[in-house]
Amino acid sequence: MSTPTPEAPKRLNRLGLELQPYRGGKTTLCAGCGHNAISERIIEAFFEMGVDPGQVIKLSGIGCSSKSPAYFLGAAHGFNTVHGRMPSVGTGAMLANRKLIAIGISGDGDTGAIGIGQFVHLMRRNLPIIYIIEDNGCYGLTKGQFSPTADVGSKAKNGVANELPPIDTCRLAIELGASFVARSFSGDKKQLLAILKASLAHRGTCMIDVLSPCVTFNDHEGSTKSYAYAKDHDDVMGDITFVPFFEDISVEYDPGTTKAVEMHDGSKLYLRKVAEDYNPTDKMTALRLLHETARRGEFATGVLYVEPDKEDFISLLGLVDEPLASLPLDRVRPGRAALDEVMESLR
Amino acid sequence: MSLSDVAVPAASRSTATRVVNDFSVQVATVNGSGSQTANLVLLRSIFQMGVPVSGKNMFPSNIAGLPTWYTIRANKHGYVGRKKEVDFLVAMNPETAREDVLSLEPGTAVLYDEPLKLSALRSDLVFYPVPFDRIVAEVCKDAKLRRLVKNMIYDGVLSKLLNIDLAQMAHALKRQLGKKQKAIDLNMGALEAGFAYAEQHLPKRDPYWVEPMDRTAGMILVEGNAAAALGCMMAGVTVVAWYPITPSSSLPETLIGYLKKYRKDPETGKATYAVVQAEDEIASIGMVVGAGWAGARAMTSTSGPGISLMAEFAGLAYYAEVPGVVFDIQRVGPSTGLPTRTAQGDLLSTAVLSHGDTRQIMLIPASVEECYTMAMDAFDLAERFQVIVFIMSDLDLGMNMWMSNTFEYPERQLDRGKRLDRETLQRIGEWGRYKDVDGDGIPYRTVPGESMPPYFTRGSGHNEKAQYSERPDDYVNNMERLARKFESARGHVPKPVVQDVDGAEIGIIGFGSSHWAIDESRDQLERGYGIKTAYLRLRAYPFTDELTLFLDRYERIYVVEQNRDAQMLALMRLDITADHHAKVRSVLHFSGLPIDARSVTDDIVEQEGLKPKTSAPRETLAAGIAGRGE
Repeated sequence: MSTPTPEAPKRLNRLGLELQPYRGGKTTLCAGCGHNAISERIIEAFFEMGVDPGQVIKLSGIGCSSKSPAYFLGAAHGFNTVHGRMPSVGTGAMLANRKLIAIGISGDGDTGAIGIGQFVHLMRRNLPIIYIIEDNGCYGLTKGQFSPTADVGSKAKNGVANELPPIDTCRLAIELGASFVARSFSGDKKQLLAILKASLAHRGTCMIDVLSPCVTFNDHEGSTKSYAYAKDHDDVMGDITFVPFFEDISVEYDPGTTKAVEMHDGSKLYLRKVAEDYNPTDKMTALRLLHETARRGEFATGVLYVEPDKEDFISLLGLVDEPLASLPLDRVRPGRAALDEVMESLR
Repeated sequence: MSLSDVAVPAASRSTATRVVNDFSVQVATVNGSGSQTANLVLLRSIFQMGVPVSGKNMFPSNIAGLPTWYTIRANKHGYVGRKKEVDFLVAMNPETAREDVLSLEPGTAVLYDEPLKLSALRSDLVFYPVPFDRIVAEVCKDAKLRRLVKNMIYDGVLSKLLNIDLAQMAHALKRQLGKKQKAIDLNMGALEAGFAYAEQHLPKRDPYWVEPMDRTAGMILVEGNAAAALGCMMAGVTVVAWYPITPSSSLPETLIGYLKKYRKDPETGKATYAVVQAEDEIASIGMVVGAGWAGARAMTSTSGPGISLMAEFAGLAYYAEVPGVVFDIQRVGPSTGLPTRTAQGDLLSTAVLSHGDTRQIMLIPASVEECYTMAMDAFDLAERFQVIVFIMSDLDLGMNMWMSNTFEYPERQLDRGKRLDRETLQRIGEWGRYKDVDGDGIPYRTVPGESMPPYFTRGSGHNEKAQYSERPDDYVNNMERLARKFESARGHVPKPVVQDVDGAEIGIIGFGSSHWAIDESRDQLERGYGIKTAYLRLRAYPFTDELTLFLDRYERIYVVEQNRDAQMLALMRLDITADHHAKVRSVLHFSGLPIDARSVTDDIVEQEGLKPKTSAPRETLAAGIAGRGE
C-alpha cells in the first residue's frame, strides 16, 4: 500500500466539505511506515471535526516525519522548515495570524536532538499548536542512526545496542508547561483519532508523541520501537471517548472509573476504565504513571495530561482580535502627533 | 578649517589663544559609577547652547568596576565624528588616571580628583585639582547617595571653566532625570557646588571656550538604535522577535517602549503588535520567517554572533522567498570579541549569508536619520522582493548620541509587495508560487488564512508551482530567477550619495558611520594638502550603476572601512571591471574605536606618497583594559 488516504466516504462534514480537501499528495515514505497511518488519522480528525483547511497551517522540521505534511490537508498552506526549528516558525506564524490552526509534525531526532531547545521553549509558551512527534527512535532519512528517544539496549539493524537513556518527551512536555500531553501508537487507529480530535478542541500546546515504527531501519527483533514490541508493551490507559461540542450526545458514565474533562471549546473528553486515582489534570499523577510504566519496560498511551483553561501564548500577549498580518496602515502606523511627541522628547 | 583646529600645537595652548567651540572633553570614570547622567547633561547643555556636539561612550563589557571613557566633542564646523586628540581630560578613575595623563599631548587640560596627585606626573599640562569627596560630603548628607551625585561636580566645574551656561546645565539635568525631584535637587546641589568651587579656586588656564551658536536649533539628540526603533514602528512592524546582545538590545527595548505607548488599539487597549524575547537568535529569525510567511511585517535585531546563528534560516528565507527585516548592529568579533566596541565587520558574511548560492540585500545607514528612514525602506523592500533585508548599522551609530534634524512623518503607503488577489489571479490565469510573471524575477505569493490558493513551502528543490522537484532544469530555472530578482533589486535599493568635485583625481568611497570621519577628512585633505576629493557614500548592497560611473571618473579610489579585510572592497571586486580593480585602494580602521578623520587623512596622504604634516596622536585609550583578572 503506498497511499495513506482511506477510501473516501461519500459524506460531507459539518462545513459541507468532502474529504478531498483534507487529503494530501501521494506519500513518498516507505510502504507500511507508521507516519502514513498518522497522516490518515489527521485527515480523518480534521474532516470529522469540520476544521476549515484554509485556516490550517501545516509545519514541520526535517526528516521522514517532516515530509508528511505534504501528504495530508492539501488545501492548507504548509511549511517544511529547517531541522529542529519548526517551533519558532510556528510561533511567528501564529503571532502573525492568531486565527490560524497550527499543526506541526516533528520526529524524535528533530525534537529530541537538534530541536530540543526550541521544543522546550514551545512547551513553556503554551502556543496554540498541535505538535506531533512521529517517534521511531531512529533517523530514517539518514539510514537508521539512533535518536534520543531510543531505549537503552534497543538494537540497531546492525546489532549495535543503544547505550544512552532515552528522553521522554511527554514527561518533558508536562514539566515544561504544555497544556495537553498525549502518547499514542500509530497502529492504534481508534485511540489516535480520539486524541487528535480532542487536541483540536484544546487551545494551547498539544504535545502528542506517537510511536510510529520505522519499517526499514527499526522494525527488527531487539528493537524496542518495532511494531511487534509496541503491540506487546503498549499500556493503553482505558478507552477515550471524545464528544465534540457540535454533537448533542449525552454520555452516561461511572465517575469511579471514568474521568470527564470539559475542553476549551465545550467538547467533552471521557477517559474510561482508568485507574481510580488517575487525574489527567494533575501533573504529578501523569508523571508518576509515565515513570512507573517506563520502569516496567512499557509505555503508557492515552491523554496523559490536560489543563483545559491554561492561558495560551496569544492571550498572554494581549493581541487584538484580528490577525496582525492583515491590520490596515492606519492601525499600525501611529499618527503625526505621536512622531511629534517623540521628536519633542528628543530635543 | 585649518590644521590647527585639529591639533593645536602646544605653544598655542594658552589662555591667550581662545579656542572656541572646537575641542573634545574626555571623561575617564569607572563603569557603574553613574557617570552617564553627568556626561549626557554635559553633552546636552552644549547642544542647547546651539553648538554642534557629539558624544561617544567607550565602555567595557562589564556592569561595574572596569574603566570607561566618554568623549564629548564640540565643533563649530559641525564635525561630529570621533576626534582622536583629547583637549580636556576629566580623570575620575584612579586606576587609569596615571596612564591617561601620560598619554596626553602637551598643553592638554586635566581636571582630576585631588587625592590622585596627578599634577606631579607632568609639567606640560594644565591641571585643575578638585577635592570631589569633600565637596560631595557638603552637598549630600546621605553617604550612600554620594557616589551617584559625585560626577555632577565635574559638570559644575566644567560649566565654569568652559563657559557652559549653568542654567542650560540645570535644564539638561531636569530633562535627564524627568520627574524625580529628589534626585534633581541632589544633583543640582552638586552641580552648583562644583561651579562655586571652580569660581573660587580654579583660575582659567586653558584656551577652551563654549560660546552660544545657532547650529542646533530645532534639532534632536538621539541614538541610532532609538531612531531605528521609531522607523520600525512607523513602518508598521507587527511581529518582533529578539534575543539580547550588545550593542543591539537597546533597539528592541526602545521599540517595546514606543509600541506600548503608541500601538495599543485605542478602543480595546489591545496590542497591534507582538514582541517575543526568544530563546536564541535562531528562534528569533525562525519567528521572523514564520511571521513573514504568514503575512506580517516581522523583524529582529542582533549583532555579528547572532547573524552567524541566523545563517541557516537566511538561506531558507532566500530560497523559499519569505520577507523579514534583520538589524545587524555590528561590533568587533568573533564570539564575544570586543563586544562593546564598534566595527563594520559583518558585510562580507552577511552579503552571502547561508549555504549554497545566496545574495542578501543590505541597507547601510550612516546617520540616525537613515536608521529611521531605512527601517521603513527595509520593510517595503523585504515585502517587494520577498527576502530578508539586513540593515547594517554599528555600535557607534546605534548606541551613541547623534544630532539630527527632526524626522519626517512618512507619507507613503506601505508596499506589501506582490500578493495574489482575485484580480491578479484573473489577469495571470494560472498561478504558480514561483513563476516569474512580470519578468522581474518576483513571483506572486499567498499567505495562509486569506482564502487564496495554498502552496507547500520548502527548502527542497521546487518547480514554478512550488511542487517538490529534483529535476535539473527546475533547479536551474529557479536559481536563475532568484538571480534575476536580485538584479531587479538594484533599481530599488537606496542609491549612493555622490559628491563629484571638478579637478579631483581622488575619489573616496565610504559607508555607514565612517561617513563622519570621511566628511571631516576631506576638508583636512583639501586645506592641509591641497588634495581635492570626490566622495561616494554607499547606502546599499547590491551596488548600483552610480558606483561604476564613479570608478570610471576618478584615478585613484580609496575605500574606507572599519574592518581588517576590506570587506566592502571584496564585494565590489565581484562586480567591477579589470580597469577598476587597478584603481581601488583601502583605508582600514579596526581598533574597536570609532574611525576618526585624522586616521583617514594620514592614511590617504601616505598612500599618495606624501608625508603627514601632523604626527598622529597616540590613542589616549591605549591604556584600555588588558590582563585584568588573568
